[in-house]
Amino acid sequence: MQPLDQTVLATAPPAPRRSPLAEGALSRWRAPLSILALLVLPFLLPSQALAVNVLIYGLYAVGYNLLYGYTGLLSFGHAAFFGTGAYVTGIAIGTFGLHPLAAIGLAVAAAGVLALAIGAVSIRSRGIYFAMVTLALAQLVYYAALQASGWTGGENGLRGFTVARIGLGPVAFDILNPLTKYFVVLAFVGAAMAMMSRILASPFGSVIEAIRENETRARACGFDVERTKLLAFVLSGLFCGLAGALFAIHLSIVPLDSLAYNTSGMAVVMTLVGGAGTFFGPFVGALAVLVLEDALSLWTPHWQLALGTVFILFVLFLPRGLWGTALARLATMRGRP
Amino acid sequence: MDWGSLDLELIAMQLFSGVALGAVFVMLALGLSIIFGMLGIVNFAHGNVFMVGAYAGVFVMERTGSFWAALLLGPLLVGALGLLVERFLIRPLAGRPPDDALLLTFGLGYVLVEGVRILFGSDGLPFATPEELSGVVDLGVGFFPIFRIFVIGVVALVLVALWVGLERTKVGLIVRAGARDPEILRVLGVDIERLWLWVFGLGIALAALGGVLAAPMRSVNPEMGNVVLGEAFAVTVIGGMGSLLGSVVAGLLAGIVVSMTALLAPEMASIAMFAFMALVLLVRPQGLFGKPGLGA
Repeated sequence: MQPLDQTVLATAPPAPRRSPLAEGALSRWRAPLSILALLVLPFLLPSQALAVNVLIYGLYAVGYNLLYGYTGLLSFGHAAFFGTGAYVTGIAIGTFGLHPLAAIGLAVAAAGVLALAIGAVSIRSRGIYFAMVTLALAQLVYYAALQASGWTGGENGLRGFTVARIGLGPVAFDILNPLTKYFVVLAFVGAAMAMMSRILASPFGSVIEAIRENETRARACGFDVERTKLLAFVLSGLFCGLAGALFAIHLSIVPLDSLAYNTSGMAVVMTLVGGAGTFFGPFVGALAVLVLEDALSLWTPHWQLALGTVFILFVLFLPRGLWGTALARLATMRGRP
Repeated sequence: MDWGSLDLELIAMQLFSGVALGAVFVMLALGLSIIFGMLGIVNFAHGNVFMVGAYAGVFVMERTGSFWAALLLGPLLVGALGLLVERFLIRPLAGRPPDDALLLTFGLGYVLVEGVRILFGSDGLPFATPEELSGVVDLGVGFFPIFRIFVIGVVALVLVALWVGLERTKVGLIVRAGARDPEILRVLGVDIERLWLWVFGLGIALAALGGVLAAPMRSVNPEMGNVVLGEAFAVTVIGGMGSLLGSVVAGLLAGIVVSMTALLAPEMASIAMFAFMALVLLVRPQGLFGKPGLGA
């Protein structure tokens, strides 16, 4: 029990994992630069379906990163929001015949409401306790979806809501074309990235980082730590819900797995491999993990053995992740501390 | 026989099943709590260790044909693996934030699942109840499977052994002191690293023992660990992190809640434990036996 208390009270907090370039030019232009990088991505990858997956999982990890990387809360239950976004989209289109855009809006709202409920229960527990509580609550959502098979299709997943065109009025895009689909998804992801950049640059963004660095001090400075954490949790859930909604439209099927423990774990893996607490890191992590899967699953069904091993090596030797380490190198080269 | 006595019999049966189920939860939660209490880390591979324990049991049973050998050697083999993990993966993380060890064990979970898939295949394996423990016995209110009584007995034995070991021996005294203040213990000349090594191994062996005991009661497959992890966490959160008494009480309670829900509303059985946890969290964020300030 001692080590926990020490991390709260010790004068030297755990080594921060954010980029030292936080105030630089790269940071000011981070949203446009990220979108620019994602614009060329489909032409560099072997398949456009893979590129769409990078976008969707990248956005999922970006939402997760707001909570883990910036607020310092290690959640293991974010599949609940991703999966809810996906299921609500599928049900809204398939069962109620809603317009895809309205379905996406509804899905994001539903994920936000669920995040409010799960956050309200879990936010009072700290540190590793928080990870366990969020995991268990996500299992609750998983089993609820499994039982409500009339709505969700149970173990077979949700089917029958294929979206061929997306848009408003005369401006509609044919998303059966893989490249068009990529850019339609990128429009959503780009808007979300711009929003995320605004959130991080706001006073709220500074407060969550203050909480991550030293919760006790942030509290002493007069910030309402609980409400700030809850807000970060809900915002994070909204982004993950959007990622889930796009996932449903991309696949035209929602597997039960989208709510499972492994999907929660994927957010953790991608964020950490890319670089927790960096703006573009989650996309780098999603790209790295999905390319690894794509390459290895040609050779062996056991590619997750490599994934686990790589992840362990990252925790041991490269805890800042690929992008975080690259940013730190860049800063050293420029002669900044 | 009237309906009243039949119901009573059914309820007694379910209660008993709940205690047997809960006994396995107790093994899991105890291992988690012991490791957390000493090393201050949460083992996210705990569910998968349970799964590996079940497979180790299958492996030993195939080689020796004896359930008793499986019961003894399975946990020992997996516990030895735990010693290696502590020495070469956990120990290098000393001085890093506690999240790092958590993340590492989470990655280890992938390795364990795929390792088992490679060695034993992706399909589930049958694990028959050993012949000498199959059958039922009449306890007055109903017929109970002997194996479940055996499971409860083994867990009770382990609990007594742990209690004697912790409260009545010199090593136990050192372990308890180490959980309170490792620095003072180091100053007094105790090799705390070695202590952590063996406590980690013990926690892992307990989870593996739970796996061997549960194998005849639930299906053995590589994915069972992820399901079990959620259950183990729910029990630990209900009982209060780091509290051994809490692990025991919460494990039994959770088992009874699950099996009683299975009787009254079968479709809610898998949800019951987690809903119970959410309820406990709302009323007592630190868990039933947890100290405030530790987690909440």
